[in-house]
Amino acid sequence: MQLSSRIFLGLFCLLVAILLLAPTLVVIPMSFNSNKSLAFPPAGFSWQWYDNFFTNPEWLLSLRNSFMIATVVAILATTLGTLAAFGVTRAAARTGGLLRAILITPMVVPGVVLAIGIYAVYLDTGLVGTMAGFVFAHTMLAIPFVLIAVSASLEVFDRRLETAAASLGAGKLTVFRTVTLPLILPGVLSGALFAFITSFDEIIVALFITSPYLKTLPVQIYSSITRDADPTVAAVGTLLFLATSFIIVAGLLIGMRRGRT
Amino acid sequence: MSALPQTDNQTAGERAAARRLNLRDAGWLAAPAVLLLAAVLVYPLAIIVLRSFTEPEPGLQNYIWFFGSSVNMAVLQRTFVLSGWVTLASLICAYPYAYAMTVVGKNLRLILILCVLVPFWLSGVVRTLAWVILLQDSGVINSFLRGLGLSPVKLIRTQLGVVIGMTQVLLPFMILPIYSVMKGIDTRLLQAARSLGAKPWRAFLQIYVPLSLPGIYAGAIIVFILSLGFYITPALLGGPRSTMLSSLVQNQVLSLLNWGRGGAMGVVLLVATFILLAIAAPLMRQKHTQTRREK
Repeated sequence: MQLSSRIFLGLFCLLVAILLLAPTLVVIPMSFNSNKSLAFPPAGFSWQWYDNFFTNPEWLLSLRNSFMIATVVAILATTLGTLAAFGVTRAAARTGGLLRAILITPMVVPGVVLAIGIYAVYLDTGLVGTMAGFVFAHTMLAIPFVLIAVSASLEVFDRRLETAAASLGAGKLTVFRTVTLPLILPGVLSGALFAFITSFDEIIVALFITSPYLKTLPVQIYSSITRDADPTVAAVGTLLFLATSFIIVAGLLIGMRRGRT
Repeated sequence: MSALPQTDNQTAGERAAARRLNLRDAGWLAAPAVLLLAAVLVYPLAIIVLRSFTEPEPGLQNYIWFFGSSVNMAVLQRTFVLSGWVTLASLICAYPYAYAMTVVGKNLRLILILCVLVPFWLSGVVRTLAWVILLQDSGVINSFLRGLGLSPVKLIRTQLGVVIGMTQVLLPFMILPIYSVMKGIDTRLLQAARSLGAKPWRAFLQIYVPLSLPGIYAGAIIVFILSLGFYITPALLGGPRSTMLSSLVQNQVLSLLNWGRGGAMGVVLLVATFILLAIAAPLMRQKHTQTRREK
């Protein structure tokens, strides 16, 4: 490549990188604003919005709700999704392809259409504003992510290892527990992480099936944004950003250490 | 890949073990997930389709109303046009970026990948709030323009603002598929073209770009489909002149309690999405065979 086109490409990528990082670069300083306003740049420095988040029962309750729902969803979606991944990768090619296509449809159905459908069903069955309602809907939305992560591990998994274990007399369950599961564990764990985040961050369906008694964190953030200019939202965003970064960096480090030994 | 290895030198014991493990009906393991999907995806969508034809009374009235109203048609058209702009803007940003990811050194590549992934770590709703802060009249972009002595631009509650915000949110979905295809392109083909006398730009356009097309198709279709159904970003960044179909659906159902009309709009959105997917499926398959050939 010529020098001039190299410089041009470099500058262009710098601009794209700024575009990608812009929201993060804005939210973090905003969370330390000393005024109750969202005007940028923030004035002064204060911890009051963090303080507000940790002392306001409304925020804390929605955080707890989201955490509980996302935990149950991660467990359920990982179980169902891993089973489904076995079904998809080990069934006859045509059945498997069909099953995969069916199971990843939640990713392409427009959010609002799905949300009004679920809302209609939940109104009839009394599931609006219930934990169970959130768990069912979010598990369905999270299964595709688990399926993709686990089937990627299963496709590079050497099945002769299972044959070897079985030829030495292990039953199906023993083979799964002692041979297959440990080897596909990275895929299962990243699937569980995706499922947790999918539920924790889900907003569209949540906006429809929420009730004044059961709000998740994204619903609380959304209503705070539409109500007034409250920098508490920026503090929540920063905290979630730090938590996610921590989990991902920890996961990467563990993965690297495992890869080395 | 799912078939069991059948080598000639397998012993009888190995064959027996393989047979014992071979789940002919492994597909049943997907049954619980499929059942959940039927209850919380298929059944709800069926209810919406049904209501669009039966409420308030059986017939095509809701569709006649939808396609007969110039306001609705304008929103439908705008939804497609805005999605097209978002797709184009993402492609223009993503293509050179993905290309740079394939040519830089290992450390710089890690930084570029991090820049693509970091936006995901910020909660989706919070990310949209950040765009409100950036685009508002007293926001970062307008302060910057004023600092340069330029006149401020109206960004929030305009279509331009919605396109900027949506492009940022969807950009990773364009960069990643393009990068994964570019990674597999054999750059010796470019050297070959140049050794035969092609100018660098001509070699790039005639050899490299066509080989990267599957990534472009995959990224473009994902971004376009996700744009069509976008709800939160247009709702918070847009105004009355940038309403998209999703907001109309929400308004009919939650504010006007008109399930028939809301349902009909939802069905239109759903059908448009699946038609696009059906068109795109052959292009995606092309990608699959190509990557296999590379192996």
